[in-house]
Amino acid sequence: MDWEPLFLTFKLAFVTTIILLLASIPLAYWLAFSKNKIKPIIETLVSMPLVLPPTVLGFYLLIAFSPSNAFGKWLDEWLGLRLVFSFEGLVFASVIYSLPFMVHPIQSGFSNLSKSLLEASYMLGKSRMTTLAKVLLPNIKPSLLTGIVLAFAHTIGEFGVVLMIGGNMPGVTKVASIAIYDEVESLNYAAANSYSLILFALTFSILLLVYMVNGGYLKRFWK
Amino acid sequence: MIEIFLQKKLNASSGDMLLEVKTNIEQGHFVTLYGKSGAGKTSTLRMLAGLLKPDFGKISIHGNVLLDTSNQINLSPQKRKIGFVFQDYALFPNMTIIENLSFALNKNQDKKILDELIEIMEIGDLRNQKPHRLSGGQQQRVAVARALVQKPALLLLDEPLSALDEEMRNKIQKYILQVHREFNLTTILISHNLAEVLKMSDQVLVLDHGKIIQSGNPLDVFSKGKLNGNFQVTGEVISMGKQNSNLILTILIGKEIAKIMVKQNDHPTLTLGDQILISAPNLQPTIKKLN
Repeated sequence: MDWEPLFLTFKLAFVTTIILLLASIPLAYWLAFSKNKIKPIIETLVSMPLVLPPTVLGFYLLIAFSPSNAFGKWLDEWLGLRLVFSFEGLVFASVIYSLPFMVHPIQSGFSNLSKSLLEASYMLGKSRMTTLAKVLLPNIKPSLLTGIVLAFAHTIGEFGVVLMIGGNMPGVTKVASIAIYDEVESLNYAAANSYSLILFALTFSILLLVYMVNGGYLKRFWK
Repeated sequence: MIEIFLQKKLNASSGDMLLEVKTNIEQGHFVTLYGKSGAGKTSTLRMLAGLLKPDFGKISIHGNVLLDTSNQINLSPQKRKIGFVFQDYALFPNMTIIENLSFALNKNQDKKILDELIEIMEIGDLRNQKPHRLSGGQQQRVAVARALVQKPALLLLDEPLSALDEEMRNKIQKYILQVHREFNLTTILISHNLAEVLKMSDQVLVLDHGKIIQSGNPLDVFSKGKLNGNFQVTGEVISMGKQNSNLILTILIGKEIAKIMVKQNDHPTLTLGDQILISAPNLQPTIKKLN
């Protein structure tokens, strides 16, 4: 069996999750506490990937980033960034595609905190950054964990977007979900089965771990 | 002297209400804000703290201007140096008690203040506990201590005692009065409880529909200045019965229960749960030493 697609899948999921975590904390913070009028629009955009067929997203990204278009050409010439049929492109598409899975848990974590915690910290003279780092984030650890794991697992399961914008290039964009499709196409069921079993077992273990941590099952053993 | 003028249109559940509060508070006074729910007590306190922005207003503490809408001055809560105790105490759940207190320290502030506060509030045993393990009264004491770490001139307490039982309430009242004196604070407390107002404060502001309708010494305010009696207690009506044209009232006074008889015609609007002031102008009581 070729291990490369699995390795690529986890590399993609790892990079995507890190970028998402860094981007989602400020975004979720804004969504949870802002009273801005454009908030519903931003909320809608963040949630779109939940309902939009991945192929639609992939299709528009493909059009936008294609070097034969103005934007894609500009990216290529000025930043040397080609986002079509490349690993960078996959990361970008995955970040957009998994955005709601990271933002939603963190946002609801913030919203569920008593507002007086934030205000108490302000009354003690602490800045917004200090309050975020020392008071808010430590008190929404379960939400952060949920966001990280959902985004990671969702990126592993990605297929449509990847196929549209990444294609099927071994070692570059051929992730496990594509490899499975590929093997099935060539009637190589045994190989498809090995990939599938590994993905199944891994995602099951990851989710189980989250539920055990958030449900407090593990703490009972540590104490 | 703390000068306060605040004006804000509020959307209360009972409809729009114009909150308009104008008052001066002497340095070192203990002031209670008394009034029904929805009268604007919490909003007033939050505007003082900078957590709610008034439409118009001016606040100055001993000459320092915190807010002046006509000159676009509005200091953030961080810069107002006001101690605030929240109704739900707002202790940080991720920190132990000592960490909660240390978090409140200013940069380069001497840590001695922590020991001092821990001793006054008697929370030494709780140092390494997380807040969720503490009882309501213990959390309350920690919250008051935390609000005082930076030695604010003004301490605001948003109805912090309402969730406590009578005994714990008495105990915390004692602690609060003690720090009020020792730290030379000016304190504003929101309270629903008449007995508490009478016991704690030098000055009461009675709020109704966003306006101060009465202000002054609590005893004068609540007895309407008419009484010259030398025996007065407050209590809550917990049961009412009739006998001819008289009402038999069962009154809860602190932890004691007493029954009194009054003329029904004098009190047509009295209902269960009312707080009342009982006075006996020409009483010649006999007392007996118990200890």
